[in-house]
Amino acid sequence: MKTETSAVNIDRSKGDFFYPEAHVRDAGTGLSERTVRYISDVKEDPDWVREFRLRGLKTFLEKPLPTHWASKDLEAIDFDKIRYYLSPGTEAKRSWDEVPDDIKRTFERLGIPEQERKFLAGVEAQFDSEAVYSNIKKAVGEQGVIFVGSTEGLKHYPEIFRKWFGKVIPIADNKFSALNSAVFSGGSFIYVPPGVKVKHPLQAYFRINAENFGQFERTLIIADEGSEVTYMEGCTAPKFNTPTLHSAVVELVALKGAKIQYITVQNWASNVFNLVTKRGLAHENAEVKWIDCNIGSRLTMKYPGVIMKGRKARGEVLSIALANDGQHQDTGAKMIHAADETTSNIVSKSISIGKGRATYRGLVHVPKHLKHCKNNTECDALLINSTSRTDTYPAITVRGTGNAVQHEASVSQVSAEQIFYMQQRGLSEAQAMSLSVNGFVNDLVRQFPMEYSVELKRLIELEMEGSVG
Amino acid sequence: MSSVANHEIAKSESILSGPIESREFPDWFRDQQRAAWQQFESLPNPTRKDQAWRFSNVALLDLAPFKISPPLSEDDRKNILKYSRGLEQYAARLIFANDQLIERDVVSEDLKKRGVIFQPLERAMAEHADLFRKYFMSTEATLGSAKFAALHNALVSSGTFLFVPRRVEIELPIEIFHWLRHDNMSVFPHLLLVADELAKVTVVEHFRSCSRTAPGFTCGVNDLIAGPGAKVTYVCAQEWADNVIALQINSTTVDHDASALSLNLHLGSRYSRFESLSRLIGEGGRSDLLAVAVAKHQQEFDARTLQDHISPHTASDLLYKNALDDRARNTFGGLIRVEPHAHFTDAYQKVRNLLLSDDAEANSMPGLEILADNVRCSHGATSGQIEEDQLFYLRSRGIATKTAQRLLVTGFLDEVIQRLNHEAIGGHLHRLIEEKFAA
Repeated sequence: MKTETSAVNIDRSKGDFFYPEAHVRDAGTGLSERTVRYISDVKEDPDWVREFRLRGLKTFLEKPLPTHWASKDLEAIDFDKIRYYLSPGTEAKRSWDEVPDDIKRTFERLGIPEQERKFLAGVEAQFDSEAVYSNIKKAVGEQGVIFVGSTEGLKHYPEIFRKWFGKVIPIADNKFSALNSAVFSGGSFIYVPPGVKVKHPLQAYFRINAENFGQFERTLIIADEGSEVTYMEGCTAPKFNTPTLHSAVVELVALKGAKIQYITVQNWASNVFNLVTKRGLAHENAEVKWIDCNIGSRLTMKYPGVIMKGRKARGEVLSIALANDGQHQDTGAKMIHAADETTSNIVSKSISIGKGRATYRGLVHVPKHLKHCKNNTECDALLINSTSRTDTYPAITVRGTGNAVQHEASVSQVSAEQIFYMQQRGLSEAQAMSLSVNGFVNDLVRQFPMEYSVELKRLIELEMEGSVG
Repeated sequence: MSSVANHEIAKSESILSGPIESREFPDWFRDQQRAAWQQFESLPNPTRKDQAWRFSNVALLDLAPFKISPPLSEDDRKNILKYSRGLEQYAARLIFANDQLIERDVVSEDLKKRGVIFQPLERAMAEHADLFRKYFMSTEATLGSAKFAALHNALVSSGTFLFVPRRVEIELPIEIFHWLRHDNMSVFPHLLLVADELAKVTVVEHFRSCSRTAPGFTCGVNDLIAGPGAKVTYVCAQEWADNVIALQINSTTVDHDASALSLNLHLGSRYSRFESLSRLIGEGGRSDLLAVAVAKHQQEFDARTLQDHISPHTASDLLYKNALDDRARNTFGGLIRVEPHAHFTDAYQKVRNLLLSDDAEANSMPGLEILADNVRCSHGATSGQIEEDQLFYLRSRGIATKTAQRLLVTGFLDEVIQRLNHEAIGGHLHRLIEEKFAA
């Protein structure tokens, strides 16, 4: 059906507010060896981390922007105008009461403490560069689960941290992982001991509060043999006049038989460049599952991946992207099969509204002499307005006779007939549209944890209001 | 076959020395060839980092050994004519070897009277200069091979010009043969087919080598233009020798209410790059893109396609099937692009790979770019192997494993050929596939 209406206006009122900055530590504008050394000094990095950062900087400066396939919009990022490190200069607080009032107000508006009270096992909230508040429910702590900021993890648990840090995503993986390696700060460090099943999801919240600020958090999650953990992250930023950069690196390690589920709700303001590298390593019988939801940002480039290293390992990416006016959601998945009997599944749904553009980019690699590997990929795109755009660019390599892959993609519209039918039953056009869109994503959303799927559905409803009529 | 004296071959020009000035072409054509040569030299060589050459074995594109053929001997010409057998019945025929015209069976007097032009390129450019210049190399090579399209333009010396006027329907297929003779020779096959309003025509091309082992280089360009309401069917059976490096740049332009169907059978060559652009420029246009590849040993097939929907209410349907044995590699990079305002598009793309050995490799990059509304688009890519159940069923009926496998593979590929809906051509292609499996 043809809807010549204006695009929807995202209701970001919940996240669209900011407080005056009161930063004690500020690395200034622009990136140089001096900036990196400043961050190291402030964070009292050990020598190997200092070296790691400097190597990251060197690689970042050497690598060109991805020119031949990526959006030209990347060139709009001015790396000299970005502030790479800001912090209130205090250690992460253990209890909510100790958190400064203005920061507390930010998070209260976002509903973090309530959520924690209700069901969350632990919360890590990051405000600009550093974690300001982190807590873990007693029970989880008693099980030996470590859930701290990455800086704290590095300081207090170096033996576990160093073993896996930078191993899943090497510095030189891409230009932005190198940038993150140079200036990373904050993010979560989680270790789940063997056999421990964390019942409730652990949650982190990231927020950019300062103009021109780049946020570079680094998250490392290690699930030891037979353990299980679910991690949820949310991101927002108020809208500033100049573009802001978020470039995180997330590494997951699922040891033998472990399960990690990583859930992201990305709702950055519409001038944030969100360039994130996320990858999981699944050992024998382990499972890594990414649930990735991209609603905000100006340009998101994010392709969560799973390397299935051990026999019978399993990787999964479920993603929903919503691209509105001025937004380009360039998302996808990478599945690297590196052992026999590994299986992977990718389900991607995108909705383009107004002049929004949604892109799926995928990589599935099944090398030689592996037996009984399977991949299933499904990409569905829904176009709402006649100016909306969607692209699909998968790349699939299969060798040998023991493996099977299938890829399917479809593009469709909400049909005029459907809308007419529902209007005839007394729904407004907007309600009918929203119902159709929810129907489109429903089979995917059903697989999400309950609290999350409810929130997501509501968010989609909000977005759809005003997209028609 | 007897051959040209060895000293003649030894002194033949390398293709890298540029256009042959001694050829008798009109001045404007010479100028165009010189300009194209400069373009060829200025464009960079493709690398794997170019998205259009991702997964391609670009190391095989060393053009240094290849030469422009000296005139073929009388014996060569006779032998080639003798072996140029394809379909039982044809409307007209052109046979080329090393880009030299060997035989020309013209169209009937009746068709000629009605205005059908079927001529070698060098004659058409002199006798029908206006028509020729309007269409010759008029579509840009956008799928990665701009450099090689320039090379073709600089070195092309013959080929086919076919013009079918308004309302003329040619029932029997028109056949064109291109042969490679002698080691390290090159050919630049060209086909320019213009079907005017409501015209109807079928063309079958055969690409062959005289020796099964002779190395060679081919760089062909095909432009098919289907005018309003025209119906164009194009079939190519590519059987170059196993040491040949083959580049083929095809484009199809489909005007309103016209339909074009192309089927390419890829059997030969060491490395074969096949670019196919289909442009739908008028409402009601339809394009079918079909291909079958059977790859063995170390053969590499590299197909890049673009279904470009420029006008609303157009349809395209791509079906590529590949059977890959031994260490063969196949790469498919395809894109459906629905341009802004090309609403009510129906576009499909399906690639299926059958892996017959542990060392075979299939790379698939099916892509979609949708900039319009109210479209129905889907693509699918699968890679798998022969189903054990099916094999078991045939074996339980007393069919030997080898035979059963062959039956299942040919059955898998036949689905594409049946879409042609042409008994004589389909039968011919089927035989070629069987021969390749028997070899």
